[in-house]
Amino acid sequence: MSAATASEIAYNGSMKILVIEDDREAADYLEKAFTEAGHTAHVAGDGETGFALADSGDYDVMVVDRMLPRRDGLSVIAALRSRGNTTPVLILSALGEVDDRVTGLRAGGDDYLTKPYAFSELLARVEVLNRRAGVKESETVYRSGDLELDRLSHSVKRAGKEIVLQPREFRLLEYLMRHAGQVVTRTMLLENVWDYHFDPQTNVIDVHVSRLRGKIEKGFEKPILHTIRGAGYMLKSG
Amino acid sequence: MALTVPAIMKTTAARLSALYLLLFAICAVLLVFYMTSLSARMLTAQTQETINEEVADLARSYQRGGLPFLVRTMERRSRAPGANLYMIADPNGEVLAGNVQSIEPGVIAREGWTEIPFSYERYGESTGGEQAQGANDAGKTSGQASPQIRRNKGHDAIALVVRLPNQMILLVGRDLGEPERFRSVVRRALTLTLGMMGLGALLIWFLVGRTALKRIDNVSEASRRIMGGDLTGRLPVTGAGDEFDRLSENLNAMLARIATLNEGLKQVSDNIAHDLKTPLTRLRNRAEAVLSGKHSAADYKAALEGTIAESDQLIKTFNAILMISRLEAGYSSENTTQVDLAATVRDVVELYEPVAEEAGVTLEANVTGPYLIEGNRELIGQALSNIVDNAIKYSTDATVKPAVKVSLEHIAGKINLVVADNGQGIPDDADRARVTERFVRLEKSRSQPGSGLGLSLAKAIMKFHKGTLDLQPADPGLCVVMSFPEREAAQGRNG
Repeated sequence: MSAATASEIAYNGSMKILVIEDDREAADYLEKAFTEAGHTAHVAGDGETGFALADSGDYDVMVVDRMLPRRDGLSVIAALRSRGNTTPVLILSALGEVDDRVTGLRAGGDDYLTKPYAFSELLARVEVLNRRAGVKESETVYRSGDLELDRLSHSVKRAGKEIVLQPREFRLLEYLMRHAGQVVTRTMLLENVWDYHFDPQTNVIDVHVSRLRGKIEKGFEKPILHTIRGAGYMLKSG
Repeated sequence: MALTVPAIMKTTAARLSALYLLLFAICAVLLVFYMTSLSARMLTAQTQETINEEVADLARSYQRGGLPFLVRTMERRSRAPGANLYMIADPNGEVLAGNVQSIEPGVIAREGWTEIPFSYERYGESTGGEQAQGANDAGKTSGQASPQIRRNKGHDAIALVVRLPNQMILLVGRDLGEPERFRSVVRRALTLTLGMMGLGALLIWFLVGRTALKRIDNVSEASRRIMGGDLTGRLPVTGAGDEFDRLSENLNAMLARIATLNEGLKQVSDNIAHDLKTPLTRLRNRAEAVLSGKHSAADYKAALEGTIAESDQLIKTFNAILMISRLEAGYSSENTTQVDLAATVRDVVELYEPVAEEAGVTLEANVTGPYLIEGNRELIGQALSNIVDNAIKYSTDATVKPAVKVSLEHIAGKINLVVADNGQGIPDDADRARVTERFVRLEKSRSQPGSGLGLSLAKAIMKFHKGTLDLQPADPGLCVVMSFPEREAAQGRNG
């Protein structure tokens, strides 16, 4: 099992990220951390500035705080969406109730993260939001090295050898392969594979992943499903 | 009296009373007029009947004995007390006989009933010196009334004027004094009664208004006291069971709810202070220990990683506390939908099955068919996974093969989701009751990872769904029952 921390991973795509956050210290930290991860980050300190920047600039992803001076985050997002701006948005919020997430996503956000959060979680989610990375949703066959997943026939092969997976394992692998080369956190897996948004108390996801790993790595030379310590997992060949 | 009139007028009761009083007065005045005019009309009708009989009688006397007999009869009748008015005049209006001394002009000119009451004077009565003199001179007095009569008005009467066959004029009348007196007696009695009723109404209005005002003042006073900091204070309930009591009871229930929330908040902050302080101190100590003295890069890295792991745990605990508080504070959600509990059970069991297997625990779900309720799938899923997580953790010390069974059953208007393990359970009743409280961890569980919030959160979630969370002893093990109200009962939530 290979282990690496988030910062050691060389991300394949550099992104232009807009951070709209009024807390100066948090914004500076995000800017620095995104830059260290190989991205370009711009910071706006209030809703109006953020809206102006987002409206004129060509960003890959936006990170928007919900509570902002001059114009609140949700209204900035709604205004951008009504102007045809489809840049993926991750909403940051100190409010963490189920309803808040629903209203946030309804306003046009693509993902929602509650403060306080781990940066590794934010980074993983932002990278997954970037539509230029990962595999297109429309593709029917996902390939990663010698691993192949057919979404229509629900079959998985590695080096031409058929691997039998349970339905949930198939969905887990499908999600990992769609975001091959990107870090996927445990909560992201729980959200996208099981459709639950809470923090699992114990390592339930780890056990599912290690089961899946056993099936796709056992008997093969190279590991393909990596554990990224302090962050999550990444499917990567080679 | 502490109350001023304007203060009373500001009460709703007083305003309503004033309105009623006004309506009552209008009705009363109308009643007085109606009653008096009705009684007057009745008396007039009676008088006319009497006069008609009298005239018929006199006519018979005239037929029997001619004019002299008629005059005699008339004079005899005139002497009786309270007699009618009698008068015979010649065609020219010259009075020949009768007890009427003078009469308003024109009364005898027309035959039949006099249209309006007229003034007259009788012999033997005087309204002035001149009149007394004229009384001795009866025969010469003219039917044409003197101006003095008009001035003094005399008495009012009505009369029937009949022309006899020999062209003589006969007038039989009756004094209106009696009906007038009657009318004034009725009017006075009614006015007096109405006055007293009005006075009574005023008094009642005043008393009721004052009582209402006093009770409202009591409520205001009590709320001021409560606002002033005496949060245990309650509004007075008199036990009368009226609107005021109901209002006070509801306000008291509200205060109790606020007190509960307040208590919860206080408890949360106490717990946060206590349970977050410990890991925060540990965190700080670890950082400090690494800073002092020389360490290798690997040591620093390990220390930082440990710090991050500990912070993550803190964040989780913090989120859980916040969520419990919000749920308990009456978190209201429009985000409830139809949830199939059976599907949720299958999801959660499927999620935990590998963990259970790794721990050597048999986890099985015994559910069939949909069990629909109105609720929040996320929250129910979270509650159930907390419970299943616990069950797996604490069934491992079973002497037999550890097993966790999840089942669903429909009992008496409720849907019970039961998670049963065969571990050592919680034999002590008090412990079982305590374990759903925040941060409560029983002695033997301290070694297990966890925040002590899992069951509290599950309990808060059940409360949010208007259900209950019960821990029952099983032999062996523990049986956790999540009891949901049936869908019909919970449907109001979604309209």
